[in-house]
Amino acid sequence: LPWAKPKTKRAKRFLDNRAPKLTENVKNAMIMKGGNTSMTVTQALKDIYALKKPSAVLYKKKNITRPFEDSTSLEFFSKKTDSSLFLFGSHNKKRPNNLIFGRLFDFHVLDMIELGIEKYNSLSDIKSSKCPEGTKPMLVFAGDAFDHENEHKCLKSLLTDFFRGPVVPSVRLAGLEHVLHFTALEGKIYMRSYRSLLKKSGCRTPRIELEEIGPSFDFILRRTHLASDDLYKTAHKQPKALKPKKKKNISHDTFGTKFGRLHMQKQDLAKLQTRKMKGLRKRRGPAAAAVVAGETSLKTTEVE
Amino acid sequence: MAACSIEDVLAKAEQDEAEKLKSITVQKELDIEFDIGNLVAYDKNRIDIRQFREQKKDDFLRSLARDNTQLLINEIWKHPTERVEEVIVVKLPEPTTALPREKPPPKPRPPTKWEEFAKLKGIQKKKKTNLVWDDVAKNELHRLRNIARAQKIKVPGVGLTPTAQQSTTDLSRAVNVAKVSTASAGKFQDRLPKEKAPRNTGKKRKFQPVIGNFSSEKQRQLDLLKVMDSKKPRLDVNKAVNKQMREDDREESAAKFRKGGKKGRKGGNFSGKGKGKGGGGKGRAGGKGQGPPGGKKGAGKR
Repeated sequence: LPWAKPKTKRAKRFLDNRAPKLTENVKNAMIMKGGNTSMTVTQALKDIYALKKPSAVLYKKKNITRPFEDSTSLEFFSKKTDSSLFLFGSHNKKRPNNLIFGRLFDFHVLDMIELGIEKYNSLSDIKSSKCPEGTKPMLVFAGDAFDHENEHKCLKSLLTDFFRGPVVPSVRLAGLEHVLHFTALEGKIYMRSYRSLLKKSGCRTPRIELEEIGPSFDFILRRTHLASDDLYKTAHKQPKALKPKKKKNISHDTFGTKFGRLHMQKQDLAKLQTRKMKGLRKRRGPAAAAVVAGETSLKTTEVE
Repeated sequence: MAACSIEDVLAKAEQDEAEKLKSITVQKELDIEFDIGNLVAYDKNRIDIRQFREQKKDDFLRSLARDNTQLLINEIWKHPTERVEEVIVVKLPEPTTALPREKPPPKPRPPTKWEEFAKLKGIQKKKKTNLVWDDVAKNELHRLRNIARAQKIKVPGVGLTPTAQQSTTDLSRAVNVAKVSTASAGKFQDRLPKEKAPRNTGKKRKFQPVIGNFSSEKQRQLDLLKVMDSKKPRLDVNKAVNKQMREDDREESAAKFRKGGKKGRKGGNFSGKGKGKGGGGKGRAGGKGQGPPGGKKGAGKR
């Protein structure tokens, strides 16, 4: 959006926060409804908003667009709220209870995946104490489909991006409460959300007990729109400044052994300083030759 | 006998260990992969569909989730921990999954005008060393202060403190202090041929003695009364007018600069010049005219 240069320091700070940076901010998500929605969809959007708070915005009004056909409206919203993730919920006869998860790169759609809700239990249906807002969840992806199939791999990357929250250098051990578990089986994806209880075990590492809290979904994979390989490559490019600096002459083995290199100047092996043995010094005259012969034999034995 | 008991002891120890670890070990066909930086675990094992159908779906998923979470927690607990403000915190490594960025990496900014100029002239950035308080000087100052306080005399000027770099001002001050620190307060100290007298020394205010020249005192008091009484202002008209002119010039030049900066240089110059001259003339005339009436008014008020 072309706007005038900022006139106050506060405005400048706001714009600098939204400008491209080396280490980026947490990805914001915009959650919106389509032309027609059902109770299931609205409740599902509210629940996912609760999971993604505070880095999410929930729009109340309906937006009559179709992301798979025209993405200009999505791009406009993303520029307004500086969001690079979106969740679009809609409902029609052909695609009932539809959720489209997607992400943007440089305010243009990168990829989006459409999931249909077949079974849904909301946060309010499951009666239990919930995790506090903003807890960084642990994510688990089960099933070999997430490894073998392209669309599932993309979905895995998208869901990780969506739910992982801010990247932190350290985490409070007692605060590892929330677990989101995704299982891919027979073309369906089951999403369950648990609260992990750390119980005493005999040793330092606790034993885990799970208690189901949050929304539970049975998704079915519908349409997908993946970006071209080039676009993925550009999107994944990290700036050089972020790469860890390599120390010269130090290399690591596959086993983890650290190797170093020393650079030496050329040595004249003839002039190498070895142990001095007075008796082995060169003598002059024929008598010397006999002595030398006797002594060389001594030398060889010593070497051995 | 002893050998049997050792074996027994070892076996028992192993059993105990196994019991302890039983609660947290999980058997999996394929080891699962982790990305601890993101707190993610990838379980690539095939799921037994029959088992899934036999059991209740949710129970099956829950037990699977419990196993996977246990493995993830085990992996997290292997990482180093530290205590931060009464809370135990685990230090996470860098995330390993490659996720796309939200915006392209920032482009290098074009150099600013100053940066370009500096590059052109070959000016390098010089880091200013922070001035650090010299401990020895501080000691010296405090020592002298203590002495003064004890003897209730003023603090003498500290001549020269043992610091590395002396500036010329410091040296000259030290010389002056040294010169004055004689028995006769420097009155008979000779000066070098080209040495100048020290400025800013000596008494800062001079007062007339209480009982001095009576006639001069009388004269001074009478003069003061005369000035207060006179109707004319003690205003040097010339000086006032010149001062006013200078101020007006300054204001005009500031206004011209501002106008020139905003609108552009073309029209600004002309308008500025014209206005300046006209304004100056007006101001001067006004100043001259106003001088006496203003003064009269002031005198009346007093």
